[in-house]
Amino acid sequence: MTDQLPTAKPAPVKRDPSVAPDDMLMWILGRAYDTVNRILEILYYVIRGTLSWFFLLRESPAAMLGLSLIGFWVFVAIFAPYLTSYDPNALDYAMLADPTPSWIPWEDHWLGTDELGRDVWSRLIWGSRTVLIVSPIAVGMAYLVGCTMGMLSGYLGGWVDMLISRISDIILSFPVLILFIILISTVGPSAFNIIVAVTVASSPGIGRIVRGLILDLRNHEYVDAAKIRGESALYIMVVELLPNARGPLIVDACVRMGYTIITIGVLGFLGLGLPPPDPDWGGMVVKAKALISIWPHMAILPSIAISSLVVGFNLLADGLREISMRD
Amino acid sequence: MNDDTPVLEINNLGISYFVRAGEIPAVPDFSLTLKRGESFGLVGESGCGKTTVAMAIMSYLGNNGAIVRGNIIFEGRDMATLSPEELRQLRGSKIAMVYQEPMSALNPSLTLGLQLKEVPIFHEGASDREAHDRALAILADVNMPDPESLMKRYPHQISGGQQQRVIIAMAFLAKPSLLLLDEPTTALDVTVEATVIDLIANLRKKYNTTLIYISHNLGLIVKVCDRIGVMYSGEMIEEGTIREVFKNTKHPYTHGLFDCIPSLNADKYSRALAPIPGQVSLPHERPPGCAFGPRCRYFEAGTCDAETVAIEPINGSSGHRVRCVRWNEIDHQPPVPEVDLAKASKRVPAEVLHVDNMDMFYEQRDMSISALMSGNSIRYIKANEGLSFNARRGQTVAIVGESGCGKSTFAKVLTGLETATKGSIRFNNENIATIPIEDRDTDLILSLQMVFQNPDGTLNPSHTVGSAIGRVIKKFGLASRRKDVNKMVAELLETVRLPASFARRKPRQLSGGQKQRIAVARAFAGNPAMVIADEPVSALDVSVQAAVINLLMDVQKKYNTTLLFISHDLSVVRYIADTVVVMYLGQIMETGTAEEIFSPPYHPYTEALLSAIPIPDPDIKQKRVRLEGEIPSVINPPKGCRFSTRCPRHIGEICDNEPPPDVETSPGHRIRCHIPIEELKKVEEIFQSTATE
Repeated sequence: MTDQLPTAKPAPVKRDPSVAPDDMLMWILGRAYDTVNRILEILYYVIRGTLSWFFLLRESPAAMLGLSLIGFWVFVAIFAPYLTSYDPNALDYAMLADPTPSWIPWEDHWLGTDELGRDVWSRLIWGSRTVLIVSPIAVGMAYLVGCTMGMLSGYLGGWVDMLISRISDIILSFPVLILFIILISTVGPSAFNIIVAVTVASSPGIGRIVRGLILDLRNHEYVDAAKIRGESALYIMVVELLPNARGPLIVDACVRMGYTIITIGVLGFLGLGLPPPDPDWGGMVVKAKALISIWPHMAILPSIAISSLVVGFNLLADGLREISMRD
Repeated sequence: MNDDTPVLEINNLGISYFVRAGEIPAVPDFSLTLKRGESFGLVGESGCGKTTVAMAIMSYLGNNGAIVRGNIIFEGRDMATLSPEELRQLRGSKIAMVYQEPMSALNPSLTLGLQLKEVPIFHEGASDREAHDRALAILADVNMPDPESLMKRYPHQISGGQQQRVIIAMAFLAKPSLLLLDEPTTALDVTVEATVIDLIANLRKKYNTTLIYISHNLGLIVKVCDRIGVMYSGEMIEEGTIREVFKNTKHPYTHGLFDCIPSLNADKYSRALAPIPGQVSLPHERPPGCAFGPRCRYFEAGTCDAETVAIEPINGSSGHRVRCVRWNEIDHQPPVPEVDLAKASKRVPAEVLHVDNMDMFYEQRDMSISALMSGNSIRYIKANEGLSFNARRGQTVAIVGESGCGKSTFAKVLTGLETATKGSIRFNNENIATIPIEDRDTDLILSLQMVFQNPDGTLNPSHTVGSAIGRVIKKFGLASRRKDVNKMVAELLETVRLPASFARRKPRQLSGGQKQRIAVARAFAGNPAMVIADEPVSALDVSVQAAVINLLMDVQKKYNTTLLFISHDLSVVRYIADTVVVMYLGQIMETGTAEEIFSPPYHPYTEALLSAIPIPDPDIKQKRVRLEGEIPSVINPPKGCRFSTRCPRHIGEICDNEPPPDVETSPGHRIRCHIPIEELKKVEEIFQSTATE
């Protein structure tokens, strides 16, 4: 051991953001390169993450069944124009005499027609588009609002928590359906209003789940470590805490998708769904209910469509829960 | 049955767990024979199969575990042949077990009395009256004050140490012939641990119970056991009496374990710790031949990895057995690792931290009506009171004390998570006591970083190692370009001796020691002037602990950082610290250099702490100083000396009523006690060597 003094690492050189670097072009190119690199890397992780989830899911029969039900409707919704030769709103008066389905896929009107002679199969598959667009957006919006509420009240606590929790309590004290009817009948039925209504009705519930998770997570030492290096509350909430709450939230999102699909169906049934003549599963059921004893297919087929999609999401949620419990 | 039949005989036991990936042979081959009244200690690092063996003895391996080979014979009966009903009768009456976590071993919704009485009622059909009397008697045996009222209480109403005593009482209540103790004191404070260990040793003699004591702490085994077995990767690698194994060690792994443990008569300037290189191989990747081979310094290809090594007796000793092919060839006096630390030069380094009379009170609002009426609605929890000490550049200051003594609160004030109520903390001549973290500038934040206790909690499970360290670099403005950040991350990983490829890993792919290394890298990223390490090694195995301590000291030396080392483990403190601060209930009891603290005059509390250290050497005898009673509440601390309620050297009313003076015995060594310093100086050394050589 020599008696030389230990040398300290030189102080880091900091870039002054107000002064442009000497080589501006190289600097911009460097930043651009970094950004592209970053995007590619994120893409890689997203794809790898999705694939790894899929491989995990393969081990749960429930999840696979759920996934294939959802997959079926997603496929049908994407390729709707190629899977039918009929316009969903076109009337075929020849079929009014006997709209009974033939049940043979390659024949005309194989699932029959409805009370106005419109092809049920085309209405089902075009209707799936609405459901599969409106419900994910609605759930997504509800999550955006719910997570914000939950994170703020869970992490900040105090009067923020008090305020948000009491607002949630008030919203949650209304029966959901009545809340929907009040909201939609005031602002009028439209896809956007359904999304708003679902957001208002679901976000307090999501907020409570997130709040509970955050209350638990914020006691971990990595949160203290983040505070000690001077991170802002926003950074800690979004980057440190939220990713660790994702497990239960993904499961809840799947269940909530199912509920939202039911809700959209119910709203259609109550005449508060999408305005006619666009195909809407709930609306199809209500129009055909008078004829249910004569031509049951008109009401039962859209009901099956709704429940198969709901069951699909619930099975997927079960499978995800099962997998998350195992590890 | 006569007394010669062994109580427990385990023959070539093999235990496997069956998981999705296939069969995992947790314990490949394990044999053990225990006579009546014998006490056997099982040591080894985490994951070496200690608990699995204990569970197998209880015939409780869970759904996916099974005994694949060999048998366990308990009092002449093969456990595998017993029916579930017979097993149920056996457990709790003939074989009892005490677990690590006392809180989860007691049912929180039943009174302690009910839970104690259940044992004789269920196993012996005793009447309620009889069971009650026996419960009272056993509670008196475990030195619980006022057993009658304790019987009516619920588990949460008593402290952790008392809970563990109740569990031990419960275990002895059925007069078992075999008692398994699985790390029974790991969750307890050192002084409480010492009393519980004494208790186990006494009860064992009284009831002549056969004992298996599982621990990772060699010092505790010495106090309780006659014989010891060292486990590594599911196999017993050395077995013998305490003296044989400690004084005539034959297996390289056992040597390695001893070299990892800091001893009390050496510090970092006189002896280096020698961590065992590498990691324990996973059970399903066990190498052929000797499992310890890849980490062994005496490894010889062709000899050690040829075939499965059998455990063989050592000549001239009946019970001393070792599982090593080369035990009689190797040098059992391995070279002492060289110390590469020069004692600090005469020049006193600059003061970095100066804490002056600092108070930190938590406010507690009592909203009850009676409190509002009397006007006492605000109470203060005096977490820190009157702290004064200083730290110099490049030195290590250790804060020692049991849980609840306020050492972590001080760390919070220092890092700005809390602010002080009174007094000052001058850090590089700037008073930071009342600046919360939000108001601190980057330079200050960067120069005061922290390493946390729990390796599992310190890293965010969602972030990769690279992004965790990279964030610190970006946050502190050390680099902003991605390429530069990645380069710095790689450099830091190299500093903590981890491969650069670890940057892509998530925390769950790392072992506890590796996580703690990452935490060290993260804390030292900005070249801080001071790092606070809050119990950084207490959750780690001894060999990993040694590696992390060495790493901390290396990095500290490289950057000339001041280290504030918070710990309850006095042997580690003795090794690493230059200056020691002993805290009790929010106040400093004694400060001084490590040598001053570890030799007389002692503060009575320091004396008790030192006496409680488990020392892994059968030749060192400690003076026995035990603390009675519980740590008082910080809301309502004793009026006079904080330590007066438990002090074994209590001298009279003055202790209860007047705060003691802070006496300077020699420059820099201060003791806060009423006992005159001349009297304290007369106290004998705690540690005495009884070696007869």
